[in-house]
Amino acid sequence: MSHDHSLNPETMPHNPEKATLEGKNKFLGLWFFLGGETVLFASLFGTYLALKNSTAGGPSSEELFGLELVFIMTMLLLTSSLTSVYAMYHMKNNDFKKMQLWLGITGLLGLAFLSLEIYEFYHYIHDYGFTFRSSAFGSAFYTLVGFHGGHVLFGLCWLTAIMVRNAKRGLNLYNAPKFNTFSLYWHFIDVVWVFIFTVVYLMGKVG
Amino acid sequence: MLGWMGKFRALFLLGSLALVLSGCGKENLTALVPKGYGAESSMDLIILTTVIMLFVFAVVMVIYVITLIRFRKKKGQEDYIPKQVEGNQTLETVWTVIPILLLIIIAVPTVLATFDLADETDAKDSININVTGNQYWWHFDYAGEEIQTSQDLYIPVGEKVYLNMLSSDVIHSLWVPSLSGKMDVNPENENTMYIEAYEEGVYWGKCAEFCGPSHSLMDFKIVVVSPEEYETWIADMQNVDPEQEPQDTVALEGQALFEENNCMACHAIGSSPVATGPNLTNFGDRSRLAGIKELTKDNLVDWLQDPETIKPGNKMTGKYPALSDEDADAIAEYLLQLQPSDITPESAGN
Amino acid sequence: MSNAATQNKGFAAVLWDYLTTVDHKKIGKLYLYAGGLFFLLGGLEAMIIRIQLIKPENNFISAGLYNEMITMHGTTMIFLAAMPLLLGLMNAIMPLQIGARDVAFPFLNSLGFWMFLFGGIMLNVSWFTGGAPDSGWTAYAPLSTQSPGHGVDYYVMGLQLSGAGTLMGGINFLVTIVNMRAPGMTYMRMPLFTWTTFVVSILILFAFPALTVGLFLLMFDRMFGAAFFDVALGGNSIIWQHLFWIFGHPEVYILILPAFGLFSDIFSTFSKKRLFGYTAMVFATILIAFLGFMVWAHHMFTVGMGPVANSIFAIATMAIAVPTGIKIFNWLLTLWGGSITINSAMLWSLGFIPSFTLGGMTGVMVAAAVADYQYHDTYFVVAHFHYVIVGGVVFGILAGLHYWWPKIFGRILHEGMGKLTFWTFFIGFHLTFFIQHFLGLMGMPRRYWVFLEDQGLDTGNLISTIGAFFMAFGVIVFLINAIYTAVKGEKAPADPWDGRTLEWAISSPPPHYNFKQLPLVRGLDPLWIEKMEGKGKMTPAEPLGDIHMPNGSIIPFVMSLGFFIASFGFIYQTNYDIAYIFLFGGMAIGLGSMLVRSLKDDHGYHITKEELEREAD
Repeated sequence: MSHDHSLNPETMPHNPEKATLEGKNKFLGLWFFLGGETVLFASLFGTYLALKNSTAGGPSSEELFGLELVFIMTMLLLTSSLTSVYAMYHMKNNDFKKMQLWLGITGLLGLAFLSLEIYEFYHYIHDYGFTFRSSAFGSAFYTLVGFHGGHVLFGLCWLTAIMVRNAKRGLNLYNAPKFNTFSLYWHFIDVVWVFIFTVVYLMGKVG
Repeated sequence: MLGWMGKFRALFLLGSLALVLSGCGKENLTALVPKGYGAESSMDLIILTTVIMLFVFAVVMVIYVITLIRFRKKKGQEDYIPKQVEGNQTLETVWTVIPILLLIIIAVPTVLATFDLADETDAKDSININVTGNQYWWHFDYAGEEIQTSQDLYIPVGEKVYLNMLSSDVIHSLWVPSLSGKMDVNPENENTMYIEAYEEGVYWGKCAEFCGPSHSLMDFKIVVVSPEEYETWIADMQNVDPEQEPQDTVALEGQALFEENNCMACHAIGSSPVATGPNLTNFGDRSRLAGIKELTKDNLVDWLQDPETIKPGNKMTGKYPALSDEDADAIAEYLLQLQPSDITPESAGN
Repeated sequence: MSNAATQNKGFAAVLWDYLTTVDHKKIGKLYLYAGGLFFLLGGLEAMIIRIQLIKPENNFISAGLYNEMITMHGTTMIFLAAMPLLLGLMNAIMPLQIGARDVAFPFLNSLGFWMFLFGGIMLNVSWFTGGAPDSGWTAYAPLSTQSPGHGVDYYVMGLQLSGAGTLMGGINFLVTIVNMRAPGMTYMRMPLFTWTTFVVSILILFAFPALTVGLFLLMFDRMFGAAFFDVALGGNSIIWQHLFWIFGHPEVYILILPAFGLFSDIFSTFSKKRLFGYTAMVFATILIAFLGFMVWAHHMFTVGMGPVANSIFAIATMAIAVPTGIKIFNWLLTLWGGSITINSAMLWSLGFIPSFTLGGMTGVMVAAAVADYQYHDTYFVVAHFHYVIVGGVVFGILAGLHYWWPKIFGRILHEGMGKLTFWTFFIGFHLTFFIQHFLGLMGMPRRYWVFLEDQGLDTGNLISTIGAFFMAFGVIVFLINAIYTAVKGEKAPADPWDGRTLEWAISSPPPHYNFKQLPLVRGLDPLWIEKMEGKGKMTPAEPLGDIHMPNGSIIPFVMSLGFFIASFGFIYQTNYDIAYIFLFGGMAIGLGSMLVRSLKDDHGYHITKEELEREAD
């Protein structure tokens, strides 16, 4: 059990997420992964921009989008990014309870965001008959925003899994990198949303 | 393009003439013997790049061969440890700068030629033909002339002819190697290219973008005739009376069968917007059947009875009831008599 | 767990060992086995293509089957043969070259392999379920969206699976090289093969997501009624071409750069000289990779992008010739003044130089946009990329295999058979492809099921087919050689070639923990330095101690199997509702495995100091 002890030393180092080689690897690996994700979303943005006026007689982005709802969604997600920063701050100070609390708030904000997104899609489909199959614009819109929503959903499942799994055993050098990588991933999703808000919604409403 | 290129080309043409004579490449098909403006522009660049690249290859090979001869491990020197050289700044600079210079020599004419071929300022004053690519045939609509044809495109020699191209299904690419490089025929946006032929004759055209099972059978022809002949041909085509009845009884029966089997739903005779299938106005004048087979009655009967074997995946198969030998024979007789003009691929030197 | 111990185990135990292994050397072997198998399949398809084209208007196979053959030949060779074979070499060798005990993510490494393998199986299952994909390996829309049957669906799902696997491999290598180099192994002391692995992993990371998106769009159009490429609903088929080539051109460099790397190592070893212009070689590699992302549209000169775009992409493409030229000349100067040994590995490397130079020459030729209006989509281009891919990549793989076979399998390939393979393959290769340059210019577009009589294309095609038989013969000899070596081959010492880099400092094959003590690296070609200073072996950088090793796991296999099953669900939900069971069941297995992996602590195990001391040096 020597290595178990090494994961729970008497005094936790200041940056527990990067104290082990495994932790460093995870941290770097996630950064690289996000690099790939950037290309993924860039390709989706490119496709969207190429097709955003191909409405095939259906409703256009000006007619569809309502900025109030999207603004609230943006605020929710931005706040959740901030709360995950707090969580990581407490992790670095080895305060497990506060970390869990802030992660919980992060999750709830993410859930609220996702619920509003589902409502938004329902609204377009139900009130405008604007679906994935309506036009190339419809396909591109739902694919881009849906991919982001899928990432949020995956993040929420991930967060729940590591929070429940580690609820009773507290922080150690084995799970600290896991919390840290989640937080990085969550920031990335947030950044992508800022671009979606700008390129899809703002430009769609104004341009 | 450049003066000294002319001499080079003359030399190269002599060389390629030898190639053609020795059976390498068929005239009016091969890109190695250009007979139009586009093909010539390409050929100039092909020659320029080949010469420069062969020079580079020669340099590499000389060093390579000398190295291999001089520096192979020698008997009795098994333990010899060569000097461990790190590199050489001067050499690195030399083989960075010289290739850059060579590439500039290639890049400048490339850019000039690219812009030159894309210059379409005189399109309005030239002959314009709307081309539609279909699986697996070509439709040609002479803008403003009320003439539609398929498979054989008649153009006058020495004039720029603009092709405005769109596909009705998947992506195709129009290529007449001896006259011009290729241009894709897309379903969503019209592409324009022009052809300017230097010599009269019949030129092979091919589809160069993978488009399905019969991609390799989507051949067509460009029939280049003198301006006078072109005028005559236009007039002949405009004077066609689609209702005209043929003289002999078999063909007359064929015409009736043509109507009975509802062939006109897809195939127009005379000027018509119908373009689901090839326009048959001058079918009897065609250089080839379905673009590939010799135009004989036997082949035509085979085609009518079973087009799938000849062109797999074509859109005609199964669109009409099976034809008996006599019926197919009669229709073939009728179609082969659709010869509105004396200007034909044969008269153009096929 | 030495080699001898493995041989005494029963078949089931060995199978279980390989299914659960996270050892980079075993995963490397798995990649080589699978990639080799797919290479044979792709080769068989190539032979069928060449037999069909042996004479004009041949009827050896039907047009539909021919299109399936060309599609599967291209897809198989690129995604299922060339890449996995290179990934296999990287897996087996790169960690040894940097003095690491394993890769950064052993679990992910295994997952990457199984995802690739199931993707490859997926693609080939299509032969038995109503027809393989038939719209070319480039799958241009709308031909691919309109292709009837499920062939293209298999293409989409198969590539999605294997692409995900490759992406994981890329991230894994990147982190390994950044974080796990032995003490003293600075970036500018890494062997060129490691350098190219590093650069290629970056290319994988940034190129594959574009393909992923393209495949998703194609999947949504075909399976869920989306309209990305449906012109009637405002779709645009050119988007596919952009996405495909934004991936596709870097892919070419993903294939060729590792070959460049291993040629550098081989030239240096067998001329007993340090690589000439090491720094220039490294920067040329990086420059090629960087430019590789700027040139994708040179595959689209005839699409109608206009003269400005065509000119920019033409010039950017020509620019790549400069760093490539730097490499060629540096290799020549590495040989210059050396003491050159010519064996099989070296033959492939020497054969590469003229062959690849020809491919590079035609590369500059096709970059000249207006000239490309003639070359594009003809046999000229077919000849060009076979000169690059066969003359560069396949020669590279074979050179690498002959060079590292002793390290990977512990035995040396038979020299005579090696030379026979080289000469028949080399001659066959030039016979097959050189004439195709002329066929293209004489008016033969690529992907032609038949060519007509009396078009002057008969002789060239016949010569080409004869050459293909030579190549096939060479491959068969290599197979015999591999089997012969496995049974009767000469046992390899640790350092059979008088090597220069770290992989030759440990036994052949290496113990599963690679280095008992991590080596101290004192410069480029670390082993050579120690040899020159008379020590002949590496100085340890650490005292002998416990070694931490990861546990094996079956989860990667199960997870990939889950996504494999789900893929069938995706394909057949368009026809049968029952397919949803496969879709959701498969996803449940896949995502469930992911959850298990996340929840189950896996701290690995330790090899104790005492055990290490007991094992002989």
